[in-house]
Amino acid sequence: MWLFWQFRRLCTKVNTMHDMVLEVVNRLLLPFIQLFGMYILFHGHLSPGGGFSGGAVIGASLILYSLTFRFARVKHRLDHDTSVFFEAAGALIYVAIGFVGLFFGYNFLTNRGVFPLGVPGQLWSSGMILIITLALGAKVSGTILSLFQELLEGGSDEHGNP
Amino acid sequence: MLQAVNILLLVFLVVCAVVVARTKDLLSAVIIFGAYSMVMSIIWQQLHSPDIAITEAAIGAGATSLLFLAAISRTRRHEE
Repeated sequence: MWLFWQFRRLCTKVNTMHDMVLEVVNRLLLPFIQLFGMYILFHGHLSPGGGFSGGAVIGASLILYSLTFRFARVKHRLDHDTSVFFEAAGALIYVAIGFVGLFFGYNFLTNRGVFPLGVPGQLWSSGMILIITLALGAKVSGTILSLFQELLEGGSDEHGNP
Repeated sequence: MLQAVNILLLVFLVVCAVVVARTKDLLSAVIIFGAYSMVMSIIWQQLHSPDIAITEAAIGAGATSLLFLAAISRTRRHEE
């Protein structure tokens, strides 16, 4: 019953300029997809999943979002520069976290000495792996979204053809 | 019972692969390819590899199909 009233409220709220089915379904579905992606990201060292899988799920949900609300309000928020920024920032954070172990006298990407080491089953005790997984998720989701945007709104070649 | 389901999934996989190669309408081929990826992710799960199953379901069935759709929208729909 609550879902039905929520559905009615969404149906009256959406703009009739766009495809109503797509918009309503995506408003109901997108938070769950992104929550699932964040779950895969944060539990990458405890359960199946990790940076690539969670980033892929979040990137696919971002593609879905930018397909549905493309002409309304996504234009100034999820443009190409933002996805490229997230992609580059993920790679940069990964390399910077790797150099922390080198700075304290261990090898590159060493987990020992700096961060607290892992206790089996504890979420916040995985050392640098959680930070690396989050950076990898940002990198992968930004890459997938920027690939899609590059294909869809790609510029012309050197002859001026689209 | 489970073996019968697995054999059914594999037969569906082979049929999907052959049909994708033989379809002239590229939009239909993309959709059949999405079904192929979905069945492939279930088979990964049956082979005790759930992280690959998650990645296959997100990349193969979601992102790759959308990338193919974007490529079709920039080019022709029918193969000659």
